[in-house]
Amino acid sequence: MASTTTSPARESRDSVVIRFAGDSGDGMQVTGGRFTIETALAGNDLTTFPDYPAEIRAPAGTTYGVSAFQIHFGAVDVMTPGDQVDVLVAMNPAALKVDLKDLRVGGTVVVDLGAFTERNLAKAGFKTNPLEDGSLAQYQVLKLDVTKLTLDAVKESGLHSREAHRCRNMWALGLMLWMYGRDREATVGWLKQKFAGRPELAQANVAALNAGHAYGETAEMSEYGVGYTVRRAPVAAGVYRTVSGTEAIAWGLLAGLRAAGLERMIFAGYPITPASVLLHTLAGLGRYGVITFQAEDEISAIGAAVGAAYAGALGVTSTSGPGMALKTEMLGLAIATELPLVVVNSQRAGPSTGMPTKAEQSDLLQAVHGRNADAPLAVLAAATATDCFDVAIEAVRLATKYMTPVILLSDAFLAHAAEPWRIPDLDRLPRFPVRFRTEPAGFHPFLRDPETLARAWARPGTPGLEHRIGGLEKDYDTGHISYDPENHARMTRARAEKIAGIANDIPLQTVAVGTDHGAVAVVGWGSTYGAIHQAVRRARHDGVDASHIHLRYLSPFPRNLGELLKRFDRVLVPELNNGQLVQLLRATYLVPAEGLNKVQGKPFKVSEIAEAIR
Amino acid sequence: MTVTTITDAELQPKDYASDQEVRWCPGCGDYAILKAVHKAMAEVGARRERTVVVSGIGCAARFPYYMSTYGFHTIHGRAPAIATGIKLANPELDVWVMTGDGDGLSIGGNHMLHVLRRNVDLQIVLFNNEIYGLTKGQYSPTSRRGTKSPSTPRGSVDYPVSACAFALGSGARFVARSVDTLQAHLVGVLQRAHAHRGASFVEVFQNCVVFNDGAFENFTAKDGAADTQLHVEHGKPLIFGARRDRGLRLTPGKLELEVVTLSEGGVTPADLVVHDETNRGLAHLLVALEPPGFPVALGVIYCNPAPSFEALVHAQAGAAGAGRPTPDLAELLMAKEGTWTVR
Repeated sequence: MASTTTSPARESRDSVVIRFAGDSGDGMQVTGGRFTIETALAGNDLTTFPDYPAEIRAPAGTTYGVSAFQIHFGAVDVMTPGDQVDVLVAMNPAALKVDLKDLRVGGTVVVDLGAFTERNLAKAGFKTNPLEDGSLAQYQVLKLDVTKLTLDAVKESGLHSREAHRCRNMWALGLMLWMYGRDREATVGWLKQKFAGRPELAQANVAALNAGHAYGETAEMSEYGVGYTVRRAPVAAGVYRTVSGTEAIAWGLLAGLRAAGLERMIFAGYPITPASVLLHTLAGLGRYGVITFQAEDEISAIGAAVGAAYAGALGVTSTSGPGMALKTEMLGLAIATELPLVVVNSQRAGPSTGMPTKAEQSDLLQAVHGRNADAPLAVLAAATATDCFDVAIEAVRLATKYMTPVILLSDAFLAHAAEPWRIPDLDRLPRFPVRFRTEPAGFHPFLRDPETLARAWARPGTPGLEHRIGGLEKDYDTGHISYDPENHARMTRARAEKIAGIANDIPLQTVAVGTDHGAVAVVGWGSTYGAIHQAVRRARHDGVDASHIHLRYLSPFPRNLGELLKRFDRVLVPELNNGQLVQLLRATYLVPAEGLNKVQGKPFKVSEIAEAIR
Repeated sequence: MTVTTITDAELQPKDYASDQEVRWCPGCGDYAILKAVHKAMAEVGARRERTVVVSGIGCAARFPYYMSTYGFHTIHGRAPAIATGIKLANPELDVWVMTGDGDGLSIGGNHMLHVLRRNVDLQIVLFNNEIYGLTKGQYSPTSRRGTKSPSTPRGSVDYPVSACAFALGSGARFVARSVDTLQAHLVGVLQRAHAHRGASFVEVFQNCVVFNDGAFENFTAKDGAADTQLHVEHGKPLIFGARRDRGLRLTPGKLELEVVTLSEGGVTPADLVVHDETNRGLAHLLVALEPPGFPVALGVIYCNPAPSFEALVHAQAGAAGAGRPTPDLAELLMAKEGTWTVR
């Protein structure tokens, strides 16, 4: 935490990392989300990292039930959730137990004294009370009886003690908003709207929020020092909002639908963590041309999307790792029948059920190669929450232009992570209107565009274009079923060449940080963007000739990628998996790329990558 | 592929046939079903450009290639899912699903359950030959116990599923049955299925001449068919028999049907159950009838329409934006709380 003192009352900070941690039922995600909104409104750049357990309500007070929300915000360009925490808000002993290890030495920990009961200490596995045994000596500890202060604040609302107790998170939020000089207007409005049907709850929550804030304002805080100021980040003019990766994908798909000039998107999904949020987001947006369909299983979901594509709509399905496995056969059908399809995979830690709420990048090889037979398709990956918008549009463009399934790789981190987004001028987004075949003369369903090799898209309902397609091999020249050996070889080549040809229709690979040659290329893809970026900057600052190359296109690769990589002495590939992109790069370009791999269900720390670069 | 554009509205059955050579085994019951579908389409005046035939995998699933309509030969068991997507994308299309006992009730059983429960407006024709034909003769989920096949050389031990009972149990609102060799009957049933808005489930007993020849001989043989088949008609008493002298009545004091002979023991037509297509309980009793004690019920066993899934979904989506064109995306991004302006 870089700092300069500006006044005795408030110290200035360039950037700060706060983590709110408590029981799954303590409302930490809401608290973090509200702090995020207020921080965005205050003009800071930010990145968030919600980290919650798979259990909806794990037994109270246990370490495995701890839910946390981390936010990194600042007056500077913020690209990661932060390696180390500056302020830890621990609502109970279990949260302290789990999250203390990430607090930097000298950092601040705010604890709710009222929750540090013998029973809770025992549940968290503390033999002695850490607030008394000196184990927190290297931190600044704010011991506040948040429970009692909250109960006092909401007394007038007449809530039962259980409900009153649940206002603790708003008290803690109020204090943190004070500490960083944030407004709380938006949150007050939000509480009133959320509890419109129960005004006493709205009133109690607002009272707790105000009480936490007032506690900071009054002399009661002075013994602990000061509040902080974090200046606005210097950003381009425009209208902004915070956006999560999931929201950005939803809106990007809608923008893609428009850009393609299609009337309707059929979005079919089956509930699965962490992908369900996309289904929820789009379910509310029927007015914008999307029809959502909660199917009976993952197979039906992709099947409905394929059927919709056949009928001339934009077919989209979304899932996470295990669901992706179930969709595999249908992907093969979409490849064989050459239908446009967008498949969003919010990757999570695996194999099998794995760790459903934790991020990983371990479905890359599955996306690129994971089907029976030679079954190529296009694979894209989003780097940041805001990048999800552009990548979703690009997925729609490639799917409809090349009549192919496109897999869009996101992950559990991107799905929930939020950051400020300058809302683009929608009139200036790319347009790529679909031209359905309507002319019967000379038609057959596998007539290919000589340039893209895409087959004609002929919608049922069009007179004179009645045709049959299916999973059986087709004759190249007529579209009829064919078992001819030479024809199968020709069709296999055609399918591969079509996807390979996309490389001529995408931007050349650029370098995100650094030069296009040098000592070390750090090559990443997906949500590791921020951590790699900062690590490379740090390395360059320290005099290392490093560059950051981040891939959006994973199948096919940009056509200059091989040549670019060969201009570096060393190629380092950090990934949240056991080494997948590194294999693809080595196999494709025969470069001696080396992996840097982390599979802990957590994002990279900047320091972990920076160390590997050295 | 030759493209023929017929401008004459009056299409003949042959106009629904594609130019592809049909490749089922000689004598296969599928030929008769194909003919009946061509005929039914001509009878209802189906428009080829609006008709889509979707299938999964199996002998029955080759069906789309022999139609001059739009067609999609998909993957094993998944035709209902793909057909659902087609109807959601374009409810105007007239969609048929052609499936078999393995495709529709084994690998695709889950999709069948849900497409029926949702009541998607489709005609689902299940060719039941009680065997896996395309994979060379393994027993299927509708095979009777003791069926000897390459995978059950000592006879199958598991209990079969009844296609129509499954459909009723899944919430189907149109359930009918026919036989490949009853051409006129089958055409009539298919027309009724087409007229029904919502999921129409038609089980066709279909003879596999190669792997399960004569499986339904006990009630489809011309000799004695009058005594082994009960052709149900809405509003008419359940009568069968060569002399039309036998019928079904409810056993007094029990919820079960029994065969009675008219004029024996004072039984009159008034004692017989009158077929009511809208009575689900009766439908359950009818589909359970089996030889030798009972005739096999054929015809429209249950028809009780309700709004179809895709119609409800579209009505809801339309209502959400009622009275206005599709709004601008900018409005969505700008309007919600939490935006701020940097100058």
